[in-house]
Amino acid sequence: MLFDNHLKTFSKGGVHPADHKLSAGEGIEELPLPRSVTIPIYQHIGAPPKIVVERGDTVKAGQVIAIHEGFVSANIHSSVSGKVGKIDPVMDSSGYKHIAINIRVKGDDWEETIDRTDTLVTDIPYTASEIVEKVMQAGVVGQGGAAFPSHVKLSVPKGKVVDTLVINGVECEPYLTADHRVMLEKPHEVMIGAQILMKALGVSKAIIAIENNKQDAIQLLSTVAQGFPNITVEALKVQYPQGGERQLIEALLGREVPSGGLPHDVGAIVHNVGTTYSVYLAVQKNQPLVQRVVTVTGKSLKKPSNFLVRMGTPVIDLVTAAGGIPEDTGKVISGGPMMGKALADLKVPITKATSGILVIPEAETKRAETYQCLRCGKCIEACPMGLEPYHLMLLARGKNTDKTKEENILDCMECGSCSFVCPSNRPILDYIRFSKAKLKKAVKE
Amino acid sequence: MRGVIYAMLPALAFSVYTFGLNALLVTLEAVISCVLFEQLINRYLLGRQSSIADGSAIITGMLLAFNVPTNLPLHIIVLGSAVAVGIGKMSFGGLGNNPFNPALVGRVFLLMSFPVQMTSWPTAQGTLIADGTTGATALGLLKDGLRQGEQVSSLMREMPSYAELFFGFQGGSLGEMSAFALLLGLVYMLYRKIITWHVPVSMVATVFLLTAVFWLIDPGKYANPAFHVLTGGVLIGAIFMATDYVTSPFTHKGMIIFGVGIGLITVVIRLFGSYPEGVSFAILIMNAFVPLINRYTKPTRYGAKTVSS
Amino acid sequence: MNAAIIATVLILVTLGAIAAVILYFVSQKFKVKEDPRLAAVTEALPSTNCGGCGLPGCNAFAEALVKADDLAPYHCPVGGNEVMKEVAEILGMEVEERDPYVAVVRCSGSFEARKQTSIYDGAANCTVATALYSGDHGCAYGCVGLGECVDACDFEAMYMDEKTGLPVVIEDKCTACNACVKACPKDILELWPVGRKSQRIYVACKSEEKSGVARQECSVACTGCAKCFDECKYDAVLVENNLATIDFEKCTLCAKCVVVCEANSLKADNVPDKTLEKLLERHKKKLEKEKAERRASKQSDTEDSPVTKTEKDAVR
Repeated sequence: MLFDNHLKTFSKGGVHPADHKLSAGEGIEELPLPRSVTIPIYQHIGAPPKIVVERGDTVKAGQVIAIHEGFVSANIHSSVSGKVGKIDPVMDSSGYKHIAINIRVKGDDWEETIDRTDTLVTDIPYTASEIVEKVMQAGVVGQGGAAFPSHVKLSVPKGKVVDTLVINGVECEPYLTADHRVMLEKPHEVMIGAQILMKALGVSKAIIAIENNKQDAIQLLSTVAQGFPNITVEALKVQYPQGGERQLIEALLGREVPSGGLPHDVGAIVHNVGTTYSVYLAVQKNQPLVQRVVTVTGKSLKKPSNFLVRMGTPVIDLVTAAGGIPEDTGKVISGGPMMGKALADLKVPITKATSGILVIPEAETKRAETYQCLRCGKCIEACPMGLEPYHLMLLARGKNTDKTKEENILDCMECGSCSFVCPSNRPILDYIRFSKAKLKKAVKE
Repeated sequence: MRGVIYAMLPALAFSVYTFGLNALLVTLEAVISCVLFEQLINRYLLGRQSSIADGSAIITGMLLAFNVPTNLPLHIIVLGSAVAVGIGKMSFGGLGNNPFNPALVGRVFLLMSFPVQMTSWPTAQGTLIADGTTGATALGLLKDGLRQGEQVSSLMREMPSYAELFFGFQGGSLGEMSAFALLLGLVYMLYRKIITWHVPVSMVATVFLLTAVFWLIDPGKYANPAFHVLTGGVLIGAIFMATDYVTSPFTHKGMIIFGVGIGLITVVIRLFGSYPEGVSFAILIMNAFVPLINRYTKPTRYGAKTVSS
Repeated sequence: MNAAIIATVLILVTLGAIAAVILYFVSQKFKVKEDPRLAAVTEALPSTNCGGCGLPGCNAFAEALVKADDLAPYHCPVGGNEVMKEVAEILGMEVEERDPYVAVVRCSGSFEARKQTSIYDGAANCTVATALYSGDHGCAYGCVGLGECVDACDFEAMYMDEKTGLPVVIEDKCTACNACVKACPKDILELWPVGRKSQRIYVACKSEEKSGVARQECSVACTGCAKCFDECKYDAVLVENNLATIDFEKCTLCAKCVVVCEANSLKADNVPDKTLEKLLERHKKKLEKEKAERRASKQSDTEDSPVTKTEKDAVR
């Protein structure tokens, strides 16, 4: 990795956190069915779907339990078979209560239309609109973290021309290995998934982008890709936050997505590896998005693992399966250490956006003592969006909210690189979040 | 902050080797008085919590000591420290708010208040014992000689050789003589990513190129560029003073403008001014330009080039 | 020597004189025309620059006042009626008196009342904490307790009570400038009229959770049981989304609702304890009376109906 200077990467900012991929060597293991699941209906960006089951109903795995409302929304399916229990607000990983459907597990009956075998289906007999419809019905959303409904991304607005599909296998967050394992264990499925996405978008070129710290995945996918013309595998220099859509497009294609714009403005669409696999399952196997690979990891965890988990399984079940909560635990984080969020409760359910559960020892969660800003400019150097974080923090602290907007605070994607590099340990991102929250509130009023 | 202190140690060690234990004594005096003044001001004038743990007072003290002759009496050092910390830093609100490099503020204050003591440098001995003889720096000899109408080539015969200049066997301030020791510090700081190459390289390159131009025009009146880079405070200024986080620009582009500016002013003072040396003044003058440079070298935002439709 | 001194003095005097003449003409030429009343109005305002009037600072407010045709939409909450009257006099206009307001804290979830479910060690700022999650206790509607309102207050009229973890408004100092209301991300602070004898009765809870959940999260949460609604004869109580709210325009401060609340979510500011005690006793007596009546009617029921105890059990 020392000699990867010839590889591409994004040009602005970026940091190099230690990668701690503890679970990279652990195969995907299916987690035993929990006793009950709690499926929040609000697992994606957009409108919440409408619940179509009632308390006491019997459901099968893969059955629709909430139907999308409007275009930017996603179906929710039952991830298990059993009886519908309470439909009540329940705390989810956002730290707030949202309506969720509780299902008591009984057996493991799946909808008959769903193909659960491992046989590879290579033919894609569907048209573009059929693919979009199937993806929409299966409730597939982006599994990188933002959980944006995938069918919306596949429907390119008129007037926009997309020429490149980017499959995001970067996984730049330290610790997380879910996408890495999917690439290693389902390479053909990912390739066919990419073909399906290409067909839906009508593009002739796809690039699978993988960071150079996943040599095995790069080699395996490069070999598999030889059977798929138009799909290339590109190794990228390791740098955080390369998994960010905008950074990835710039790294691969040298195009910058305009501020406030979307990737299709520059002719590119990015889909995550996990999402691509889900698209394969949805289109070729009729299997809706009811389970996903989740990394459970942490330095003092007995058995860091990658689990195939049904949606709605409580986090505590995963941690227990990975050896239980270590005694020195300070925080449990949903997602990676850079952008993830500490959980206030371990009963919160796994959702479509949960890529990892990270157990951090108490000693590492402590905030270091902060000093005065030295004006060293390291945050400016690190900011992948080319902002001036120190300045935004000063403005936010002075409650100068209007001015922060002028300084493009809304371009910030909260990657945390600024706080990470600050030699004075200043909570820069906290203040940026503060100002962003104030701006959002002002818009609401 | 600790990294900067480590980076300064080779230069200090070399100084002790050439000037004797006096060098260590002066450094200790400066560091202790700087820390003391910071503590006193925090405690009794500003009523704030102690900030000496951040290490900046130690660096200020060391840099101040590096910029004075080793035979400077104690009271002058204490006064210089008081000005450096009190006026240069704390009067602006402490670390992070000072527009000028505090050590240089102290140094320039001393240079103007005690011109005799500040410019009688002990000669380098290469032994641990100081013998009390003093002399001018190479730059001072050059300036005086040129003023008396001598040619550079004849003056050069009296100067130390380039090897001697590079390793530091020349008269001068405590920490500035040995280019080799200073470069060791630079390599360490670059390796630890404490600083970037932009300021030191652009500043030294400017000094080198400008003096080269003049040297090529008239080698009889102007010394050669290598001599200019190796003598005086160019290297210590470029490596330790101009790279100070607080008083240098944020962006790489800004840093290069800053470095070039310092180089330019240094050369102008050295060749055309009445002082033999101008690095301190050059850095202080460019410090004043930092806010302006920052204003005009904002980082380019991602996606600013492409227009949203 | 003398000549030099005289020359220096003369030159300086001349220079000074020339500069004075230039300055005089320049100041005449570039004089800014200003409404003379502006200075007077600015003088009358409290110059706290709190922004409570909705404008950025007292100068902006003064400019707006001078330009205004009608003073009705303008009010300085800090100076109150007195200052507005003074301003009106300066401007030669009329101004209506307004009721003075005060900030009230609509949450009573003290450390005792609510269980702590997690530890928050992020930036000590309510807005940041709220952007991240619902708070270190179960209630998503309650006070976060990081004191952003106290920071926002320019008048030292608020402090955080260390025992309860809730902000307290010091009534005498509060100017109703609205700063804390704007600062609170949970909208717990509200401006209320100071009221007769500075008495106010309000529901110190904003939880819209269902009764069971609300009670589990916080022992003083309003469950929306509507007992206060039943008690109020003046239609001042509104129960919506599992939460009671009192309309201060209709409330007559009779305080009868306060004693019927089983969760103690209702707060009566400055209502004498004696009044409340009396009401409580009366309420207790009434309850006992009702109980007795119910028992009596039950007995008469059993007497009337031939169903025996065993039969009743069988029905069960």
